[in-house]
Amino acid sequence: MTMKKFLSLLLLLGLLNPWATWSEPTKNFGKMDLGFSLPAPEEASQAKYLGLDTDPFLLNQVEAKILIIEIFSMYCPICQREADDVNKLFDLIQKNPLLKDQVKLIGIGAGNSAYEVEFFKENYQIKFPLFSDTKFAIHKRIGEVGTPHFIGLKIDQNKGFENFYSQSGEIADPKEFLETLIKASGLKL
Amino acid sequence: MQSILLRILVLFLVLPGAAMATSSAYGEKIYNPGMLTPVDSKLMVHIDQPAPDFTLASVSGKPIRLSQYKGKKNVLISFIPAAWTPVCSDQWPGYNIARPLFEAHDTILLGISVDNIPTLFAWTKEMGTLWFDVLSDFWPHGQTAATYGVLRSNGTAERALILVDKQGIIRFIHVSDINIRPDLGMIMDALKKLPQ
Repeated sequence: MTMKKFLSLLLLLGLLNPWATWSEPTKNFGKMDLGFSLPAPEEASQAKYLGLDTDPFLLNQVEAKILIIEIFSMYCPICQREADDVNKLFDLIQKNPLLKDQVKLIGIGAGNSAYEVEFFKENYQIKFPLFSDTKFAIHKRIGEVGTPHFIGLKIDQNKGFENFYSQSGEIADPKEFLETLIKASGLKL
Repeated sequence: MQSILLRILVLFLVLPGAAMATSSAYGEKIYNPGMLTPVDSKLMVHIDQPAPDFTLASVSGKPIRLSQYKGKKNVLISFIPAAWTPVCSDQWPGYNIARPLFEAHDTILLGISVDNIPTLFAWTKEMGTLWFDVLSDFWPHGQTAATYGVLRSNGTAERALILVDKQGIIRFIHVSDINIRPDLGMIMDALKKLPQ
């Protein structure tokens, strides 16, 4: 192999290697790779909440107009501190008859095992579906965001989804957060 | 020359990404050392031997001696490599909310770092209020880590867990890949196996 060929190969690998940009912050949330699948929740009520008829499922298969994704970690002090606020966000949506079938919420535990996700869920009595991302596979695809991080997707089950919202750090006021997110979606719900 | 090029190529292909999801709690204060050699020390203790005793200064101000828990509590010693680094900064906050799980097995936790007390004070403040003692193995530098065989060649410690039962006997050892946080489920499995 000549030096020229070797360098060309290295450059090509640099473009293809998923590790190559691990330290780059996410500058454009539109470039997040959200084309991953998740296992349908084992709990029937949670699978029903997401309106799933397939396992595993893609994000655009969730029955909703807006899907909010919280990237969290059981080990993250802010995620722990604001777990009650995220529960309030879920309750706000569920108690609003205009929103409860159109806005859904899920959480993905970055680097958290199934045991850790389950412990977090029980500890904070979380009612929305949480998923484990033990080996950071999803976390890497979305640009290794810090935790917590919130993503808003507009879903069209036929066409796919549009990532319209991305926020790092805590939501502070659940009501205000929900209003901001719905406004950002441009949807009339 | 070709062999060197191939070695570089192989290294490039196998070099894993840093597996971490640092909490926003620390803002921009976390220093990322990048990927490190997974383990860089030789273990000096083994399961079923008496745990070497130590006395270390703690962030709370009181010196802590391992043997003070003999006959009273099981002790999980959690060595972490260094303060203000990504994986370490998210390890103890997880143990903080898992307190009931530890208490269910009559176990206390001792966090140990080779950092000095002022550094550990500032760092752990960012984690909130920890229920367990955080000890400094700063001087003589890393002496306790070296006794257990978890002091790395650059003066930091391994990410290691040593479970000592109420008789002072080591019942579980896990020296993790320094780049990876050990699973809480694995720790709970070890606690379940402790003699009643």
